[in-house]
Amino acid sequence: MQIILKGLKLIDPQVGLNDKNDLLIEDGVIRKIGELTKEDQSNAEIFEFDGMSCVPGLFDMHVHLREPGREDEETVLSGSNSAAAGGFTGIACMPNTNPAIDSAEVVQSIIEKSRRHLVDVYPIGAVTLGRKGESLAPIAELHEAGAVGYSDDGTAVKTASILRSALEYVKMFNSPIIEHCEDESLAGGAMNEGEVSTSLGLPPIASVAEDLIVMRDIMMAEYTGSKVHIAHISSKNAVQLVRDAKARGINVTAEVTPHHFTLTDESIKSYDTNYKMNPPLRTQEDVDAMIEGLQDGTIDCIASDHAPHSIEEKEMEFIYAPNGILGLETQFGLVLSELVHKGHLNYEQVVEKLAINPRKILNIAVPKIAVGEKANLTIFDPELIWTVDIKKFKSKSKNSPFDKRLLTGKPVSVINKSKMYFEDKFIEI
Amino acid sequence: MPLSSRHLLGLHGVPKEDIQLILDTATTFREVLDRPIKKVPTLQGKTIVNLFFESSTRTRISFELAQKRLSADTINFAKSGSSTGKGETFKDTVKNIEAMKVDMIVVRHESAGVPQFLTRISDANIINAGDGRHEHPTQALLDLYSIREKLKKIDGLKVCIVGDIGHSRVALSNIYGLLTMGAKVSVCGPPTMIPRSIESLGVEVHHDIDRAIRENDVLNVLRIQLEREAGSSIPTLREYHKYFGITRERLQQNEDILILHPGPINRGVELSSEVADGPFQIILNQVTNGVAVRMAVLYLLGTL
Ligand SMILES: [Zn+2]
Repeated sequence: MQIILKGLKLIDPQVGLNDKNDLLIEDGVIRKIGELTKEDQSNAEIFEFDGMSCVPGLFDMHVHLREPGREDEETVLSGSNSAAAGGFTGIACMPNTNPAIDSAEVVQSIIEKSRRHLVDVYPIGAVTLGRKGESLAPIAELHEAGAVGYSDDGTAVKTASILRSALEYVKMFNSPIIEHCEDESLAGGAMNEGEVSTSLGLPPIASVAEDLIVMRDIMMAEYTGSKVHIAHISSKNAVQLVRDAKARGINVTAEVTPHHFTLTDESIKSYDTNYKMNPPLRTQEDVDAMIEGLQDGTIDCIASDHAPHSIEEKEMEFIYAPNGILGLETQFGLVLSELVHKGHLNYEQVVEKLAINPRKILNIAVPKIAVGEKANLTIFDPELIWTVDIKKFKSKSKNSPFDKRLLTGKPVSVINKSKMYFEDKFIEI
Repeated sequence: MPLSSRHLLGLHGVPKEDIQLILDTATTFREVLDRPIKKVPTLQGKTIVNLFFESSTRTRISFELAQKRLSADTINFAKSGSSTGKGETFKDTVKNIEAMKVDMIVVRHESAGVPQFLTRISDANIINAGDGRHEHPTQALLDLYSIREKLKKIDGLKVCIVGDIGHSRVALSNIYGLLTMGAKVSVCGPPTMIPRSIESLGVEVHHDIDRAIRENDVLNVLRIQLEREAGSSIPTLREYHKYFGITRERLQQNEDILILHPGPINRGVELSSEVADGPFQIILNQVTNGVAVRMAVLYLLGTL
C-alpha cells in the first residue's frame, strides 16, 4: 500500500532536513522525498498536510503505565493510545508496577501486550528486587527479555553499594541506570521547601535532597565508568552539577518534565492536588535553570513522567494525595508553546530532546526521515491554538493540572510499524 | 457592614475591617456571657457540624459552647486521621454530612488545605479550626482579642512569637492577623524551629530570648510538643528551657511585658513555675474570651 503526505515541512537534523517536501510511503517504508510524479500519485492514498510539520517519531522515556497492578488507572493499551494521541511513537515504561518489572515474565508480558500497537513500548527494569534496594534484580534476564534501562524510580537506588553493583553489572549491555534523585532521609514532605511551603503550612521537601543524590550518582558514574541518567531533574543546583560533570567527561545524562519548565510552587496556593508531584514544583529560578539547561545541552531530553492516578486517589487531603500527573497528551503542546514559540529552543533542538537523545540513551535505533528508512514519524500543526480538555484524553486517568490551558501547537498524526494514527483512528498503511 | 468572605479559612488576606468587626462583635458577646441567661436566639434553626479529624477537646468544646449560646443545632463528628486505603474517603464523609443539610462546618484536620478543599465540595460556610501546621484563625483572633483587652490597642505594638514556629498552626495565623492590625512582629526560637524564608512574610527572625523580652510589648509563647521535639529539633527539653525558657530572672529585663500562652503550660520548659504562678502579666487560655470570639465568627458568617 502507498500513501502520500503532502505539504509537510520535514525537519530532521540527522539528515540536515528542514524544508517543505512531499513524502511517499510504501508498505511502511519511506520511498521518495520531494517532487512526486503523476505516476507516484496514481495508486496512493493522499493526505493533505498543508502548513504542518513532520519530525522523526517522538519518544517519551519516562512513562508510568499501571499494568500490572492498577489497570483501573492505565493499561499498556490505554497508555499507548494516550502516547499516540500525544504525538509519540515510542515510550519507555517505568518498573514501579505491582508486581514490579523485576522478572523476565513481566517484561515479556508488557512487550507482548504492545506488539500489535503503533507505539513501541520498552520496559525499564527494576534495579533491585521489588525496588527494595536490597538485592539486584535479574538484570541480564530482564535485558534479554527486552528491558532497555534500569531504575528503582519512585525512590533512588537505596545505597551507594548496591548502586555500584548495578552500575558495574549493566556495563555488559551499556544500559543506563535511571535515577529518581532524592535523599531518603530528607524525603517525605508534600511540596518544595521555601517561601510558599512556609506560608501554606505544608510539610516541605528540601531541594538539597535532590542535589545530594545527583552528586552521589555523578561520583558513582565517574568511579565505575558506567552510565547514569538523571530522571526528572528539577533543581537549579542539580542542573549545575550535571553541567560540571559533563564538562569533566563523566557519562551522565538528564531529562526534565514539562511541568518543571512550566510551573512553579506558587500553583499550590489553591491546594489542588493536581499540582502535587515528586520532585515537587519548585521556584521560578529553578524553572529558568531548566530552560537554560535545555538550551546549552546540559539537559539531554524531555520526558513526561506520565503518572496516572484515579480521581478518588487524587481528590484527597493534600498531604495524603499521591504524587504525579499525566503528561503524554500535553507534553508536546507544552514544548511547542513554552519552549519553541517563546524562542528558547528551535525545532531541531526539539527533535533532539524528544526523538533522538532519549533513544540514544536507551540504545534504541533512532528513526530518520530518509529514503529506505521505516516511516516512524510525528506530524504536528505548529500554529494551531487549542484548549487542553481532560475529558478528551485517551488516558484512563484525568489528573492533569493543565486542563483548560491554552496551547499553541498540537500533534496531528503519528506513523510507525505500517500504521497511522490520524483523526482519532488507527489505520493500516 | 458584613464580613467580606463567607468562610473563615485563615487570617491570611483577611482585611483589617473584618478582624475589627469580629473583635468588636466578640466584645458584645462577651457581655452576653456575663449575664445570668447566656443565650441568644441568633442562629436558631441553623445546623453546624464540628468535623474533627484530629482530636482537640479544648477547641471543640469552645466551638460547641459558642454554638449552644447562639441556639444553633450542633452535630459532632470525630474521625481519626488518614483516609487513605481503608474505608470512606474524606470526600465521601463530607458528602454524607452535606446530605444532612448543614449550614456551617467547623473543621480540624492534620492536613493543611483541607478547609480550602471543603469549600470546593460543600456549600456550607467553612470555619477552619486548625489545618496541619497552616492556620488556626480563631485561636489567633482570641490572642488579638486578649491583647486588645489588656493593652487597649494592637496597632504599633511589638509582638514576638516564641518557640516552634515551624510546627505551629497558631504562629502563621498570629503573624497574619498581627501584621494586618499594625503590630510589628518577630519570631524567636532555635533555627531548627523556624521555617525557611519566613522573613518573606514580613517578620524579623532572631534567636535571642533576652532580646525578645527586652524589645517587645507582648510575647506569644507557643507550647512545645514534648513527644515530637526532643532529639530532632532540639537536643533536650532542659537545653530548650536553658536558652529559650521564660524565667523570673529574665523577666526582670522588662517587667511590663505581656505574656500569652495557649495553655496548658509545660512547666520548666516554655515557662518556669515561678513565672507561671508569679506576679507577671500572663494571659493563659481564656475560656470565656475564646467562646465569645467563636460566637462572633459563627454569628457573622451565619447571618451573612
Ligand atoms: Zn520519579
